[in-house]
Amino acid sequence: MADLTTRLGGLTLPNPVMTASGCAANGRELQRFFDLTELGAFVTKTVMSDPRSGRPTPRMAETPSGMLNSIGLQGPGITAFLAKDLTWLHSIGARVLVSIAGNTAVEFAHVASDLAAHPAFDCVVGVEVNISCPNVANRGLVFACDPASSSKVVALVREELPRDTPIFAKLTPDVTDIVAIADASVRSGATGLTMINTLLGVVIDTDRMRPQLAGITGGLSGPAIRPVAVRAIWQCATAMSEGRVDRVPIIGVGGVRTGEDALELIAAGASAIQVGTATFNDPHAPLRVRDQLDAALDERGLSLADAVGLAHERKVQL
Amino acid sequence: MKDVVQVTGEVIATRRVGAYHHLTLVAPGVAELARPGQFVALAVGGDTSSTLLRRCFSLHKVSPSGAYGGTLDIVIAAKGPGTQWLSTLRAHDEVDVVAPLGRPFPIPSEPVACVLVGGGYGSAPLFWLADVLRTKGCHVEMVLGAASEDRLFGVVEARRSADGVTVTTDDGSAGVKGWVSDVLPEIITRTHAAVVYGCGPMGMLRSITEVATAHGAVAQVAVEESMACGVGVCMTCVMPITGNDGQTRMVRSCVEGPVFRGDRVRWEAFTDGVCRVPADAVGAAKPAAQGGH
Repeated sequence: MADLTTRLGGLTLPNPVMTASGCAANGRELQRFFDLTELGAFVTKTVMSDPRSGRPTPRMAETPSGMLNSIGLQGPGITAFLAKDLTWLHSIGARVLVSIAGNTAVEFAHVASDLAAHPAFDCVVGVEVNISCPNVANRGLVFACDPASSSKVVALVREELPRDTPIFAKLTPDVTDIVAIADASVRSGATGLTMINTLLGVVIDTDRMRPQLAGITGGLSGPAIRPVAVRAIWQCATAMSEGRVDRVPIIGVGGVRTGEDALELIAAGASAIQVGTATFNDPHAPLRVRDQLDAALDERGLSLADAVGLAHERKVQL
Repeated sequence: MKDVVQVTGEVIATRRVGAYHHLTLVAPGVAELARPGQFVALAVGGDTSSTLLRRCFSLHKVSPSGAYGGTLDIVIAAKGPGTQWLSTLRAHDEVDVVAPLGRPFPIPSEPVACVLVGGGYGSAPLFWLADVLRTKGCHVEMVLGAASEDRLFGVVEARRSADGVTVTTDDGSAGVKGWVSDVLPEIITRTHAAVVYGCGPMGMLRSITEVATAHGAVAQVAVEESMACGVGVCMTCVMPITGNDGQTRMVRSCVEGPVFRGDRVRWEAFTDGVCRVPADAVGAAKPAAQGGH
């Protein structure tokens, strides 16, 4: 048994494996397959202020080693989420990373405020700020595509949460310079980064000769995007080691299907990882990845802490 | 108690049935939990497959014991990469099984007359359902419809499982030329059917709901919507369903269905291969607030 304990700033988790937001609903569905308390943390589906019915269907298109989804942040709204979902997660003893979003920066803050005021908040080990959603006040441009918008959201959320509650800004790779967004988020109070969200894509149905998704565009996920995740983590970890961005923990997400996949993201600089689309293929995937990661670290004689960012030390100097 | 299992299934029999493939898998633990109308989600392409999404199929039948341990049967139409892979499986090949999933067909508490309508291989779960209904003393009629004779499934089995069988084909190659909805009114009227069960394409489910409702019967339909996971976590298989409170919500057909009361489905939302979110649905998007994944 390798030592899987991970430290994310002030937060210590028994292992680094989490679900990924939007790939595990709010827990009950996967609890039928395994005990959620075995995870480092359970990450909830992004919750916004009001109930949302999401986009029309088809919402999904299969792609090579991945899929495109266009769910449209369907969800119950923060009030029902707290009463039903968070309360249930609290009752089973899960460690919960709550993913929040808003159509405006102010909506993010309202969601955070309601969350912090709820009695079940003590099961919340952190808040993941899903800034990879459209900003209604800025022509629908995704918050995470603009440093100022990202910064504003994180700053407003920071004010609503207790000082010791970690905040992870979830970044999109669909930007020219992800390090600039990471820097803006950290300067505004993010105590960590989650990367990456999906990449925007379109699939054409060649029978009908029209976009396959009713919403036209969707987020690409799955093993196909893993190298993009590793690259984004690598770039931000490099910027931190060179002092261009303050050093904060990174949660890696994108295309993790096996323990060795997880180890790639960890070696690039992630202190924890999330399992997303692989859960659709295998509902036991998050626990399986944890156990495979354990074995992979053992084979290499490493603890988790040893492995974080190790590829930076071992890269060939040219 | 666990109500679902994930097991490595082993193929023990495959056979062509008209345009379809019929597979029997050893899948311990499924049969004891399963009821008619529930489905199985199969991983396709093996452990390192680039085809990640599960394929979901109605359980045709299950057997809790036997020479090989518990088995389940499914019927597939090889029309895409996943179903084509499944159709090439041979005896002793392995496939990852998650089952049983979804809500089964509700069974009436009284021995009422029932009509079971299957479109194409959508008939697969109805024979098992017929057996259960007849055990409860129900009179069971079956209607099997398809585009052509080779796309019918289970005509012989239907004659064993039901008190009366009617076959329709669009081209008249077997049975009555026409649609299931053409013959359904007479059958409901003659048998005084209280429930019409349906499984098949969405257009057919809509028309049997309309016929059933017009003739005073309740429709219970097993819907088809593409699913990525089958277990309730991906939110792709939603459709607009009116709840007991009269409110319409986009609900997951994998966990709240696949069986719905036909009159609770907002059929008008389905047009041209798309299902729109009704404007009166809970949380329906305002035009400015769409987007996000």
